[in-house]
Amino acid sequence: MAGYNNPMGNSPLEVKVISKRFGLPDSMSLKTYVQNEGYEALKKALSMKPDDVINIVKNSGLRGRGGAGFNTGMKWSFVPKQSPKPKYVVCNADESEPGTCKDRPLMEYDPHQLIEGIIIAGYAIQSNQGFIYVRGEYRYLLDIIDRALAEAQSGGYLGKNILGSGFDFALCTHTGAGAYECGEETALLNSLEGLRGYPRIKPPFPAVVGLYGGPTVINNVETLSNVPHIILKGAEWYAQLGSPKNGGTRLFCLSGHINRPGVYELPMGFPLRRMLEEIGGGIPGGKKLKAVIPGGSSCPVLTASEIDVNMDYDSVAKIGSMLGSGGVVVMDEDTCMVNLMGRIMHFYAHESCGWCIPCREGTSWLNHMIERFHGGGALPDDADTALDVSYNILGKTLCPLGDAAAMPAISILKKFRGEFDEHLKLGHCPFEKKAVSVA
Amino acid sequence: MLSEALHKKFDQLVSRYPLKRSAIVPLLLYAQDEVGCVSEEVIAEVARRVDVRPIEVIEVIGYYSMLHRQPLGKYNFQVCTNISCMLRGADDIFDYCKTKLGIKHKQTTPDGRFSLEEVECLGACTGAPAMQVNYDFYENLTPAKIDAVIDDLKKK
Ligand SMILES: Cc1cc2nc3c(=O)[nH]c(=O)nc-3n(C[C@H](O)[C@H](O)[C@H](O)COP(=O)(O)O)c2cc1C
Ligand code: SF4
Ligand code: FES
Repeated sequence: MAGYNNPMGNSPLEVKVISKRFGLPDSMSLKTYVQNEGYEALKKALSMKPDDVINIVKNSGLRGRGGAGFNTGMKWSFVPKQSPKPKYVVCNADESEPGTCKDRPLMEYDPHQLIEGIIIAGYAIQSNQGFIYVRGEYRYLLDIIDRALAEAQSGGYLGKNILGSGFDFALCTHTGAGAYECGEETALLNSLEGLRGYPRIKPPFPAVVGLYGGPTVINNVETLSNVPHIILKGAEWYAQLGSPKNGGTRLFCLSGHINRPGVYELPMGFPLRRMLEEIGGGIPGGKKLKAVIPGGSSCPVLTASEIDVNMDYDSVAKIGSMLGSGGVVVMDEDTCMVNLMGRIMHFYAHESCGWCIPCREGTSWLNHMIERFHGGGALPDDADTALDVSYNILGKTLCPLGDAAAMPAISILKKFRGEFDEHLKLGHCPFEKKAVSVA
Repeated sequence: MLSEALHKKFDQLVSRYPLKRSAIVPLLLYAQDEVGCVSEEVIAEVARRVDVRPIEVIEVIGYYSMLHRQPLGKYNFQVCTNISCMLRGADDIFDYCKTKLGIKHKQTTPDGRFSLEEVECLGACTGAPAMQVNYDFYENLTPAKIDAVIDDLKKK
């Protein structure tokens, strides 16, 4: 790939479970994989009862890495045992949450780990077919995964009668074509069925009525990549890597104003301050921290005084934000938060599928208002109106994209109100001159 | 005329799914890669392959930002200006591309060689600022890197 850089950072503080094979020669090959514990977990799982597999995953405390953080084993247990329609496993590899780039190395450097995780999920819910929905921009990954799938097939790990167990499982890739909303699980299902990517009303949840109307488990790439390790080393081992109810490790993508950007695998619950200082090496130019987005653009922003938090789902939720997708975006003191909010709103306005009015109209109002505001055309009531519009989106939409726009908006409007007032007073952006890019 | 190789790819893609129409987006995208856009011919063929009416294919096309009804330049520069990239100077990079290529957002050079687009997060945030040219990633961009990429492509 022309100009493709290794996104992985490297820190002695990392605890490598799902990224441990990344540096091995030819790490994406079946040969390297089987020489390094590959497909051992599948063998073990196939000798167990499906329900026992689900229980191990449940007890490990593994929570979905796609954003919502739901207990994975629990989700699997909602799939009905008997179903007149075929059951499916769908891997969500649509990775499009701004600030997030961790599924990409997982598929690039260790595709077999993901494939093994999906087959085990299939066995656990007794499904015979799975799909990996990859965002269209990741074309080179499709080639890598397709090659790995062919290898797995010829090695007897995939297809009919896997490893002589009598269990059949077919798996293939599917390409998207550019739409953030297709990462939302029910929109993804519609997209996979060849329709426009509009979400479906829940309930019924996909575990009961999903792909082609059959019970369906949808999990993120990172979630599924953890599964083989949990089966092989046990629920307790996995749980103790992290903090209570937040099992394991997590890939954090450090980006923005940080000296050592990169994707780092750290224990769940790793302190944010240490992540920024010791892992990321602080802020370029010795500048001060202004704000951090802890888990992708959909999360409420944290101020510099809120970074003494452990990075697990419950701790971050306790201070009013979310662990989200693992995208940690750092802003230094010269960042204009009005401009940042404008860019975030531009994104949601562009990606809103337009199905429901609060999201369709609200995101585009916020986009235009904040862009005008930043450009010097602020009106006295704008900040209050923007807050009002945000609250009229929150909780009033069909899918969570509306909330994903409203939450960062509300946090910025409230925590950085002073910057809005200053724009209004000056008639232009107070940061325009100071902000110099690090690039 | 769609190539033999593309027809083979179509056969293989359609056979993956329990429901043929699931293949619509993959078929369109692979066809676009070959033809340069989703042409009338492509739409008709995809509709025929998955047993739907052409209008149903057209309805799907409008939803996806990577599918185009009109041809783009041979090399499509897609510069990410989303947050991680913005914080690392993506707006300047996008402006530089505009000046250097002499075109604006969603425009194509008269010789049909280059197109330019401002896009959302590409999943390359730790290598910001980033862009894709067609499917190739370029990260940690600087004006000098953009120059080198353009010079390189001009030689092809
Ligand atoms: C607008 C929107 C976009 C989403 N994008 C993604 C995505 O790109 N990748 C992903 O894994 N989950 C994404 N999600 C979350 C999925 O809906 C779903 O919760 C997730 O795939 C479940 O997998 P998990 O339990 O393993 O996290 C998105 C959700 C929303 C509302
Ligand atoms: S919240 Fe937005 S993205 Fe979700 S269904 Fe409504 S309009 Fe579409
Ligand atoms: S924000 Fe530019 S690649 Fe993610």
